[in-house]
Amino acid sequence: MADPAIELIGIDKRFGAVHANKDIHLTVEKGTIHGIVGENGAGKSTMMSILYGFYQADGGEIRVGGKRVEITDPNAAIAAGIGMVHQHFMLVHNMSVVENVMLGAEQSPLLNAGIGKVRRELKRLEDEHGLEVDPDALIEDLPVGLQQRVEILKALYRGADILILDEPTGVLTPAEAGHLFEVLMQLRDEGKTIVLITHKLREIMAVTDAVSVMRRGEIVATRRTAETTVGELAELMVGRRVLLQVDKEAAAPGAVTLSVKNLTVEDIRGYRAVDAVSLDVRAGEIVGIAGVAGNGQSELLEALSGLRTATAGTMRLAGRDFDLTAETDPAALRRLGLAHVPEDRHHMGLVLPFEENENGVLGYQREARYSRGPLLDRDAMRRDAQAKIADYDIRPPDCRLKTANFSGGNQQKIVLAREMERDPDILLIGQPTRGVDVGAIEFIHRRIVAMRDAGKAILLVSVELDEIRALSDRILVMFAGRIVGERPPTASEAELGLLMAGIEDREAAE
Amino acid sequence: MSRPYAKLPAWIDFGLIPLLNLVIAFAVAGLVVLMVGESPIAAARLMLQGAFGYGEGFGFTLYYTTNFIFTGLAVAVAFHAGLFNIGGEGQAYVGGLGVGLVSLVLDRLVPWWVTLPFAILGGFLFGALWALIPAWLQARRGSHIVITTIMFNFIAASLMVYLLVGPLKPVGSMNPQSRTLEAGAQLPKLDGLFAAFGADLGGAPLNITLFLALIAAFLVWLLIFRTRLGYELRTLGFSPPAARYAGMSQTRLIVIAMTISGGLAGLMALNPVIGDQYRVQIDLAAGAGFVGIAVALMGRAHPAGIIPAALLFGVLYQGGAELAFEMPSISRDMIVIIQGLVILFAGALENMLRPAVGGAYRRLRLPATQTLPVEEAT
Repeated sequence: MADPAIELIGIDKRFGAVHANKDIHLTVEKGTIHGIVGENGAGKSTMMSILYGFYQADGGEIRVGGKRVEITDPNAAIAAGIGMVHQHFMLVHNMSVVENVMLGAEQSPLLNAGIGKVRRELKRLEDEHGLEVDPDALIEDLPVGLQQRVEILKALYRGADILILDEPTGVLTPAEAGHLFEVLMQLRDEGKTIVLITHKLREIMAVTDAVSVMRRGEIVATRRTAETTVGELAELMVGRRVLLQVDKEAAAPGAVTLSVKNLTVEDIRGYRAVDAVSLDVRAGEIVGIAGVAGNGQSELLEALSGLRTATAGTMRLAGRDFDLTAETDPAALRRLGLAHVPEDRHHMGLVLPFEENENGVLGYQREARYSRGPLLDRDAMRRDAQAKIADYDIRPPDCRLKTANFSGGNQQKIVLAREMERDPDILLIGQPTRGVDVGAIEFIHRRIVAMRDAGKAILLVSVELDEIRALSDRILVMFAGRIVGERPPTASEAELGLLMAGIEDREAAE
Repeated sequence: MSRPYAKLPAWIDFGLIPLLNLVIAFAVAGLVVLMVGESPIAAARLMLQGAFGYGEGFGFTLYYTTNFIFTGLAVAVAFHAGLFNIGGEGQAYVGGLGVGLVSLVLDRLVPWWVTLPFAILGGFLFGALWALIPAWLQARRGSHIVITTIMFNFIAASLMVYLLVGPLKPVGSMNPQSRTLEAGAQLPKLDGLFAAFGADLGGAPLNITLFLALIAAFLVWLLIFRTRLGYELRTLGFSPPAARYAGMSQTRLIVIAMTISGGLAGLMALNPVIGDQYRVQIDLAAGAGFVGIAVALMGRAHPAGIIPAALLFGVLYQGGAELAFEMPSISRDMIVIIQGLVILFAGALENMLRPAVGGAYRRLRLPATQTLPVEEAT
């Protein structure tokens, strides 16, 4: 058998405290399409960035075609025959296709020779692979699918035998995606090797020959695509961690606290991140939103907390109706008893250069209890902070310390303490335990349940299915911006996993 | 593991490192002096002598310092809100118009201490107004404030020239300036204070505006670090998403920050207009608006740093002028080179020495105590 196209042997990479890639072993056979699946943050992109020379691995070895290579930068990757098509295209919009393909490979200060060569090559690639594109069209005039084709042409022009595609269908319409897959299969049949990174299991089943599943920085399994099912992959992807056990009584839901009707959020490109979502959250219950990251959960939270204007939808909170297509003041919502623990604590939930006690009043800085005339009452702020530090066991217990100097788990506790101690009627909470150690997770979960038991409404968004199952009284599954199903927390992991993969009934998966 | 940005004691961060930066700046400046064939030691002595050596020189030093405190504070306030106000020069210039108009109305009617509060108001309002337009364009239209404030410097210059050769010029005068202000708009000089210390202020224009500058520095400190508004400005400066999350209006904060910033720059005009020249004249800001950027950078946008930084530039201005006068081979432009070197090393390259100093500090300290300083987890 021929040497494999790519072998990763014991690749290891850390970013500070984050172990992004743990002892990765991966073999990609020549002339195959190899899928890499995993949730956001599972380490897929890190691994591919190492292969393409953006990062250096801390340990391990890369072999291409059986030979050991040192990939110190993208040029070395190109020299080894590896080409990459990024999720976000690296194209110059006001240049033509020819100019973009030539960029970085001009060969001489005068462009004529290079342009001629690129034209000939494009013609050849078109004849050989059917990759048709007008060489003189400006990138900005091309539809997204063709822009992506230009990226592929760029890689092929540089002599790539191995193509890495990072989430290639994220920006494509279904028809364009279908087209892309035809191209990929044709390239494979002509002997190219293709690595396809995605979190969409359908795509994996449709085009790959083999698939590796990543979770928490590790490759947990590699299967021949023909010998696996969507169900198995979903389970592998989401994982079976030791089930988090949270002691809680049955919920006693009361009146509806937050009611959302027909919420639609479009991003700048007009893509529907949230698509006609309606939901109710009652007092005394935890509603969990399950879903693979990037299926509209973040936009949902932002729209409900006034951080993002929706294209359609209304919200009823504390007896008042809000038109979510108008700008809503987050401070006004806060005064009506809505608290929000944002997913992104580093940029949104905290101001890292601030002292801990200063972050303790973020969003509440205008309240009378922290004020002395126009001045902030620093004694009150510090007393308050010190009490929360004791209550939430925040370490080190120093409210004058810069927030950036606390660990991730303790930073999360600072945000939680601030938002929960306001005693809100409804708490929106995104990724409550991301990057938090096990001890703190338990503590945070107990707090959330205690709030529910005190009769508060809680809307929980998490990509950790275990967390959703452990905490929620009802689970809504979100896929492609829509709520595709509601399940009780007793629903099996496999069932939820399928819903999260966008497969609505079991038969379709078999 | 190397930690080039680990925490160092405050005396190293705010004392030793700036001092070393200054030493390097002056060493390089000394080389320049050497190249034109003069003795760096003699030049340094002349400079210090000119800035501190006698009452009149020191008076000039403090006069310049006063200007730089105001413009340094102006840049710092905007900086805390994440805005880079390059327009201090134009705001100070137009502020001079505000001070001047008020004074032209009042100087023959009331004593100076009645005029002063109105002049302060006039200078602040006109400077603020000049900053308000770029602020509004930034907040509502996204026009970059660096560009718009620079452009407003030029507009200010043209506007002032027009006014000073036209409407403000007394009939029959040949000079592009307003009429001379009379006693009702002349601030007291500090010669009495100097005399109390046995020094002679001579012809130096140092006046009570110095105290206004120091009061302004205290108020800016209070605003930025003690008030709710300052808290919101700093939140916006550090993290716009966090400001949005906290429900702070970015438009409102940008407009407020720039209003205060422009107003402070406008106050600088008190010093030349009613403290020294007693008239509104061409180029009354004389570059202080730009020096304010360097002062704010060096002073790390903190009033306690801005005052010494302003003094340093006051020394460079006054001592440099004396030096250029005493050593003909050192021209006015060479003084600008020295000032540039100070800005380069103390502002732009302020962290250059930090890893080395930090490393040396730890090596010296660790054997002595045999304990590792507790590093906070990140």
